[in-house]
Amino acid sequence: MTDSALTHAPGMSLRVRDLSHRAGARRLLDAISLSLKPAGVTVIMGPNGAGKSLFLRLVHGLATPTAGQISWGGALLSPALTRRQSLVFQNPVLLRRSVAANVDFILRARGRSDPAKRDAALARVGLSDEAHHPARRLSGGQQQRLALARALVTEPEALLLDEPTASLDPASVLMIERIVADTAAQGTKIVFVTHDIGQARRLADDVVFLHAGQLAEYSPAARFFDAPRSEAAQAYLQGRLLI
Amino acid sequence: MSDLSEAVSLALTLVLTFDSDLIEIVALSLRVSLSAVLLACLIGLPLGAFLAITRFPGRGVALTFLNALMGLPPVVVGLIVYLHLSRAGPLGFLGLLYTPAAMIIAQTILITPIVAALSRQVLEDLHLEYADQFRSFALTRAQTMRALIWDARYSLLTVALAGFGRAVAEVGAVMIVGGNIDHLTRVMTTAIALETSRGELALAMALGVVLMVLALGVNAAVHGVRATAARQAHA
Repeated sequence: MTDSALTHAPGMSLRVRDLSHRAGARRLLDAISLSLKPAGVTVIMGPNGAGKSLFLRLVHGLATPTAGQISWGGALLSPALTRRQSLVFQNPVLLRRSVAANVDFILRARGRSDPAKRDAALARVGLSDEAHHPARRLSGGQQQRLALARALVTEPEALLLDEPTASLDPASVLMIERIVADTAAQGTKIVFVTHDIGQARRLADDVVFLHAGQLAEYSPAARFFDAPRSEAAQAYLQGRLLI
Repeated sequence: MSDLSEAVSLALTLVLTFDSDLIEIVALSLRVSLSAVLLACLIGLPLGAFLAITRFPGRGVALTFLNALMGLPPVVVGLIVYLHLSRAGPLGFLGLLYTPAAMIIAQTILITPIVAALSRQVLEDLHLEYADQFRSFALTRAQTMRALIWDARYSLLTVALAGFGRAVAEVGAVMIVGGNIDHLTRVMTTAIALETSRGELALAMALGVVLMVLALGVNAAVHGVRATAARQAHA
């Protein structure tokens, strides 16, 4: 891997206070307050409809809370702060260009075209040989790795991932998990949404468990998996359906 | 039927002998219409992109107005351009009336709404797919517009083609502002109109055949480009 051109910014802490989001009369997130450390992997877990993806969109600025405050590194969320983060979506949105051009795009948008950095990012996710292929011709796993390369090339202080491995084959899942773990090890804050318990066990330093739009539990990973305090988390880990 | 075969035969003769008058008329037609398409794209694509990604009060009215402009009557556009470019008009000092430049201006006014309205729809559909990713990238509006136009380039070729079709087939506006002057502003459509009025139906039809072949050729070329792009997953 020619990784030397890529550097890693130190992570950013996240603090949310009384974060709420409503859609009409429905309360999708309800007064969530928590502080995430500036490093490590925080996994957001919960059943479908718990508000995991919405939480990620809110803290990244893609959705506007109906109440509450979001701050990163002590500063209130702003477009400038959003630029210091990267978000990888569950379904990668790739431009109708080559693999390399997809990475070049975000570098140019940030005003720093850098072929060496692009090549390093592609090498890091194992896509060097595909650099000049059309991005949309890649397999699902390759497309997600390209999305990850595009996210990492901006050297974000926080990397947010919204179920990035859903519907990928095990090899692709492991490869993405390894990249995420490496990125976290180099100091970048990771916020990873998943409902895959095995994946959460492999990656998490701490776990935020959401249920029905509420914060059911926020614990260090070991404690969460060994002795979850909330009834909702216990039921979830035991495979009982939560609605 | 004999008129048609005579026309095709005459058209072939004119083309195969590189008839200088025909070449001149075809060249001017292409020059005027392609210039108008280029100008309309320079104006219409950014306008379409802006309307695709921007929400503002009155946007619905603006879109309705833009869509309505797609049906602008050519003779009305010709008349308006004529009034502006005539000696007594506000732009009379430019001396553009009865020149190819005047014809380009008229055709640009005619097809810019077509390019803007159709590209708005194409780009809005693409933006639905890209919007969250672009917001995550924290792109500026200009960056978003440029990226959308570039990524939709093959679809926008069809939009440009619609503009070209309207321009090259247009007769009313170019007749009024160009004057159909031989060796100066005579294009295929005005030449066809003239030959028809003179009773030279075979020649008129021959020119019509050449015009249709040109239109088909441009369509085929654009289709080829799009098909290639689709194979490469860029479209």
